[in-house]
Amino acid sequence: MRQPDAGMTVQNGEKELIARILAGDTDLFHELIRPCERMVYLTVLAMLKDEAEAEDVTQEAMLKAFRALSSFHADSKFSTWLVAIALNEGRRRMRNAGRMPIETLDEQPSGETGDFTPAVLTDWREIPLEALERKEVRHALVEAVGQLPMIYRQVFTLRDIEEMDVRETAQALEISANVVKVRLHRARMLLQKRLAPLLKAATQPVRKRFFWSTK
Amino acid sequence: MKLNCAHVWSYISEYIDGTVDAQLRLEIEKHLEHCEICSAILDSTRNILVLTADGRTFELPVGFSERLHTRLAKELLAAKNGPSGLESPGSAK
Repeated sequence: MRQPDAGMTVQNGEKELIARILAGDTDLFHELIRPCERMVYLTVLAMLKDEAEAEDVTQEAMLKAFRALSSFHADSKFSTWLVAIALNEGRRRMRNAGRMPIETLDEQPSGETGDFTPAVLTDWREIPLEALERKEVRHALVEAVGQLPMIYRQVFTLRDIEEMDVRETAQALEISANVVKVRLHRARMLLQKRLAPLLKAATQPVRKRFFWSTK
Repeated sequence: MKLNCAHVWSYISEYIDGTVDAQLRLEIEKHLEHCEICSAILDSTRNILVLTADGRTFELPVGFSERLHTRLAKELLAAKNGPSGLESPGSAK
């Protein structure tokens, strides 16, 4: 949905804002970070799974970014740089607390993506769009994302919640573009598998129509 | 190449993102035309992504922005009072 041109304009506006902040108009830093708040918070939350801690880490990361702003080089977007700072801060917290960020657990060495079975519910398409408007449906999604393994949750958060592109996501998480794609696919399929039956149950009892072909 | 369901599942994410090549896209679409199961899986995955992109689904905690900007304002004020602003007791108000 995001226009490539709009992205460029945002980036130019961003550059100008940063230049003015560095020139002494520091109050503009509020404006600079405003569009990134949710992205930073949700990414840190994806790692720490604790709302209060994620909020604190987000604040710390924003302060660090302010202090380090002169070292920001526009070879990446500001938001990507900010997310990377926040993730470092998050990792530091985990280490200090003796929690290990389990980055590679359940990473399949094969890199194959066909190793799952989705929830097969042909009557999903009959769920009215209004069902997606229901609050409990959104809750179910938030819950399901919370239950994803961390490496999938992080990629899903940046790509699908925050609509960051593959390259930026790879940069922020310090992984390859291909790993981003593989993890995103798994995340989406795990969510499909978990949510399809839940959503079906959360909506009206649809009369099953067995119209699929036999195979 | 004739695609089976498992093949199609493995490409669903890339298909949604529009990153499969034209030939494969055609094959997938041909399969979807006659396979209700894969069509339903595709639809459900798309529905989840619609819901995900809905700004009301993933929200910041109440008061999050206020707390962040209050803390930031303190830091900015301290910085304005000089590089040593953070350390000198009288500077940060």
